[in-house]
Amino acid sequence: MKRTDGAALAAIFAVLGAGAVVAQTDPIAARMALMKGNNDNATVVVQMVKGQAAFDAGKVDAAFAQWAETAQKLPGLFPDNSKTGQKTRAAPKIWMTKADFDAKAAEFAKVVAGNRDKAKASLVGLRAAVPVVADACDNCHKDYRLAKQ
Amino acid sequence: MFRKLVIVAALAAAVVAPAFWYLTIPATIPANAFTSHTGDLANGRTMFLIGGCSSCHAVPEQKDATLLGGGLALHSPFGVFYVPNISSDDKDGIGGWSEAQFVTAMVKGTSPGGEHLYPALPYTSYQRIRIDDLRDLFAYLKTLPAISGKVREHDLPFPFNIRRTLGIWKLLFLDGKAFTPDAAQSAQWNRGAYLVNGPGHCAECHSPRNLLGAIVASRRFTGGQSPTGQGGVPNITQGKLHDWKVEDFVETLETGMTPDSDRVGGPMVEVVANTKQLSAADREAIAVYLKSLPAPK
Repeated sequence: MKRTDGAALAAIFAVLGAGAVVAQTDPIAARMALMKGNNDNATVVVQMVKGQAAFDAGKVDAAFAQWAETAQKLPGLFPDNSKTGQKTRAAPKIWMTKADFDAKAAEFAKVVAGNRDKAKASLVGLRAAVPVVADACDNCHKDYRLAKQ
Repeated sequence: MFRKLVIVAALAAAVVAPAFWYLTIPATIPANAFTSHTGDLANGRTMFLIGGCSSCHAVPEQKDATLLGGGLALHSPFGVFYVPNISSDDKDGIGGWSEAQFVTAMVKGTSPGGEHLYPALPYTSYQRIRIDDLRDLFAYLKTLPAISGKVREHDLPFPFNIRRTLGIWKLLFLDGKAFTPDAAQSAQWNRGAYLVNGPGHCAECHSPRNLLGAIVASRRFTGGQSPTGQGGVPNITQGKLHDWKVEDFVETLETGMTPDSDRVGGPMVEVVANTKQLSAADREAIAVYLKSLPAPK
């Protein structure tokens, strides 16, 4: 029995390892994973704002940490060979005005950093911070993200 | 043989040209068609928001939606349209227009100079707006800042640069009908239907278009091409959004967050920036109507 567990664990690590390699070499998958994380964290936070979940400073902080990570990594995940594929919703405009795209990512980073303490301090603070962060998301999405089909 | 050709050509010139001329005369609404009206600015602002005027007419690359100096480039299969200045400026905007000229532009697609406007201005939808709502909108627009400067001419290849040909397009696709409520439906549903099909002009992006650039009526709301020229616009009928509840439509219009916790993208971001400022009752009315859109056959 123990041997089987070991084999299963080894198999899991092999899969995880392969996933990590893919993430490093596949920018589309990497940015999709970041966006998926943003989305999952937004769900958690919005549930608190709506009173569907209890306020949890730790989860709020984790959400802001992950959004900060996105802002920092995102500009480096759009090499020229990643314009299409895997149902990416990245707009071609990203590569046409990359400097503006990067500036908007930096702006997002600033908004996330500037609202983090307030958001994790209290539900009132979180309520004030969420629309500001959402605006920063949209500020980039309106030019650089295609609609879902 | 040559004589025959000459006769045919003469006939064509004598019959077809005047017929074309007559059929393509830009329609106008005379000033004396209006009785006196006191502009309701709050209602005018509602029309401004649901109409999404600023999404196209606001000066690009800045955040104030009330600066309607124009200049945005709209990429279409027919060429590039440059959105005009509709600020309250007397010379370069619409500050010098009469109420009748404004209503004529919105309903008939005819400029104060008596020329056809291109249907990039979605008058196929705006013709359904009630006249009093248009007058309120005009009163509201006049309260916004004046911005000087004319926008450059559209960049359209022949024959699309001949405005007179739009007269034929209008004969085919501008039916001239006002919004008629459906007596079998609730007042709320009818309010939603009015906002969506009139000022909201949702179908203008959310529908496929034919070779002449008109909406394919049988495929209304089943998705189209983005006016930015990049990407598509989703199907919003129940053929696609059958899992969405009325509350989900409301939430999307209020916060930009879709039921899967995702956010809207592309030009819909600016639509939501407007719909979030509407009254809750209007958002609910829109949601109730959208939830009733059948899947295409």
